[in-house]
Amino acid sequence: MKHLMSGNEAAARGAYEAGLKVGAAYPGTPSTEIFEELPKYKGELYCEWAPNEKVAAEVAYGASIAGVRSLTAMKHVGVNVAADPIFTAAYNGVGGGFVIVSGDDPSMHSSQNEQDNRYYARAAKLACVEPSDSQECKDFMKYAYDISEKFDVPVLFRMTTRVCHSKSLVEFGEREEHQPPEYKRNAAKFVSTPANAYRNHAKLEANLKLLEEYANTCPLNRVEMNGTKIGVVTASIAYQYAKEAFPEDTSFLKLGLTNPMPMELVKDFASKVDKLYVIEELEPFMEEQIKAAGIECVGKDLIGNMYELNPELVKSRVFGEQTEFRNVPVQAVPRPPALCPGCPHRGLFYVLSKKKDYVICGDIGCYTLGASAPLSAMDSCVCMGGGFSVAQGMSKAFEMMGDTKHKVFGVLGDSTFFHSGMTGAAEIIYNKGSVIPVVLDNSITGMTGQQDNPGSGETLMGDPAPVLKIEDILRAYGYENIFIVDPRDLAAVQKAVDDALASEAPAAIITRRPCLLLKKVKQEIGLCKVDTDKCRSCRSCLKVGCPAVFFKDGKATIDATLCIGCTVCAQVCPFDAIERV
Amino acid sequence: MSEVKSILLVGVGGQGTILVSKLLTAGLIKAGYDVKMSEVHGMAQRGGSVSTQVRFGDKVYSPIIGRGQADIMVAFEKMEAVRYAEFLKPGATAVINDYEIVPMSVATGAMEYPQGTIEAMKQEFNVISLNAGQIAQELGNPRCMNVVLFGAMVRALGMDHIDWEEVLRENLKPSILDINLKAFNAYK
Repeated sequence: MKHLMSGNEAAARGAYEAGLKVGAAYPGTPSTEIFEELPKYKGELYCEWAPNEKVAAEVAYGASIAGVRSLTAMKHVGVNVAADPIFTAAYNGVGGGFVIVSGDDPSMHSSQNEQDNRYYARAAKLACVEPSDSQECKDFMKYAYDISEKFDVPVLFRMTTRVCHSKSLVEFGEREEHQPPEYKRNAAKFVSTPANAYRNHAKLEANLKLLEEYANTCPLNRVEMNGTKIGVVTASIAYQYAKEAFPEDTSFLKLGLTNPMPMELVKDFASKVDKLYVIEELEPFMEEQIKAAGIECVGKDLIGNMYELNPELVKSRVFGEQTEFRNVPVQAVPRPPALCPGCPHRGLFYVLSKKKDYVICGDIGCYTLGASAPLSAMDSCVCMGGGFSVAQGMSKAFEMMGDTKHKVFGVLGDSTFFHSGMTGAAEIIYNKGSVIPVVLDNSITGMTGQQDNPGSGETLMGDPAPVLKIEDILRAYGYENIFIVDPRDLAAVQKAVDDALASEAPAAIITRRPCLLLKKVKQEIGLCKVDTDKCRSCRSCLKVGCPAVFFKDGKATIDATLCIGCTVCAQVCPFDAIERV
Repeated sequence: MSEVKSILLVGVGGQGTILVSKLLTAGLIKAGYDVKMSEVHGMAQRGGSVSTQVRFGDKVYSPIIGRGQADIMVAFEKMEAVRYAEFLKPGATAVINDYEIVPMSVATGAMEYPQGTIEAMKQEFNVISLNAGQIAQELGNPRCMNVVLFGAMVRALGMDHIDWEEVLRENLKPSILDINLKAFNAYK
């Protein structure tokens, strides 16, 4: 029987079948669902959400050192966070197989950049495995563990949004248990002192040579000969697009193991076709290496190195063949994502949006949407945990310029605080900053779909956990005045902001209310209604940026199917025209 | 080899296109097709414009399509039909819910909701427009709007050889089955 599965679900199934024992990850689109799938196999494996990707990679690598097969998963930018242990893990090598999933996001469906993480495999000297559909996600995972153990290297299992989130049919296999030998200390291998690293580097280079030989013959890389006119070297989802875009007599060299590149195989394939194309999404990772090996090929000159591809784009860019399509004479207006109706983040951003000289350094999460009109309450958003520290840099610059007008806030969520905001909070105290750190505590990792963090009280395996209190941590750092408010109470948020700015002692703000989508919390759902006789059409209620509030026939109206009765719009109405009913 | 067919479901995050794509793929798999489906997660889901693509045939490679490739579109919201119109094959069928969800830019008065969306679609495509919200309301449950649209779509695409009622029975909880069977058959 075949199962319709996303690539993420299939990768999890593959790791399970390969005998995975310990997994640790940090949620991030498009990789999140891999670990949401693993608790299904509770009893046979352990899995967790770690506070950040670096911690996750270290936990998984620790398990590998102890001898078991281990897994970590993260979105592409998460690998930046985890890069430190990953680079050294490559020198050391593995105990049990160690697989690192990178979920790349071409076209930035839910990301701040579209970096091509195959370059991490080259830079860190890892094996790189790239599946192109869900069946391969499952099957290649097993190969990835075998490769990791046989060649003593970590494997970067590189997926992309369309591989992670598209669903296709998968046939299951059985789980294979791997019983590691009894643990024995191996300091020369796993203690990366300069002397050990010196030896380990040579060992790694030798293993990569062997791995390249294997790549030339391994089942992950396969040739589909259909003709001798055109040959295409491709990998990952680009293979699926090329199969539809190129003529039927095109031959394919479809790669599943892309680092090290199987250059003998490429050479042999190239010699059998008249013209060689390299079709890959994002950067010319394969193309540059193929050209460097002296093989003539065409790729990025036609295909481009930005945004995701599809069959139609490949066809038009390679062959100049336009697929016929029609536009209609009416234009749709943009519909960007927005904070949900009743979202607890709305109150803080509304209050901060009122003062033009507030500088707000935001961060990665649902609350990045505080940057959207009409709230427009954000000056920067760089990376996870950057909110506090970027704010500190801006504040120090204002100080050096003698600018006392701008007041700087660093704004991030609870999960981001535990991820890497804590170090920024320490920085502000230690280096005597004047930034007001604000933690938007909705008690869960929201954007990626409700994953636990150290403030949530429950683990991925469903066990109760101690709740780390953000205010206790901030107090321990030296924040003397910590204002904890319900973000739905605008007067209280305003007072907290005013008091924090007026405070002589270091001050911080925590806005606390659970995410509305959090199923385990009972929410008091209500409904707000507009009294059209009282409404004077001043449009103040529109400034809170709620998708449920709009104007109809010159008066404020609230969509009853969207409204949850949070009353934020009612609080800003100067004529008391909105009431919770 | 039979031709690969592509179905495009568009709407607004939170409208419940997921259930329809689940029913659709379940039926297609039962009928023995190779099926691929692609949807969006993460930030794009927060009330933004969303699209799901379902492709089926003897052998499907790409889970997504480009411009001019969809055989049929189901638009859960009418402005979204216009936004994704270029993905349809010329003359293809568009099942459009005559239903409006105002985006933030329109709510704040910065932009205007376009008029004449369905009429514009009719100029280029074979349009089936229905007020699925009202039909669902009359059936007694506004939430089965999506299954009303689903029924209209499978009939438009001529996929009657699949026993869709059985698919509904296999995939829906008994408590909501009856109303959804009615919703499925509501628009003919």
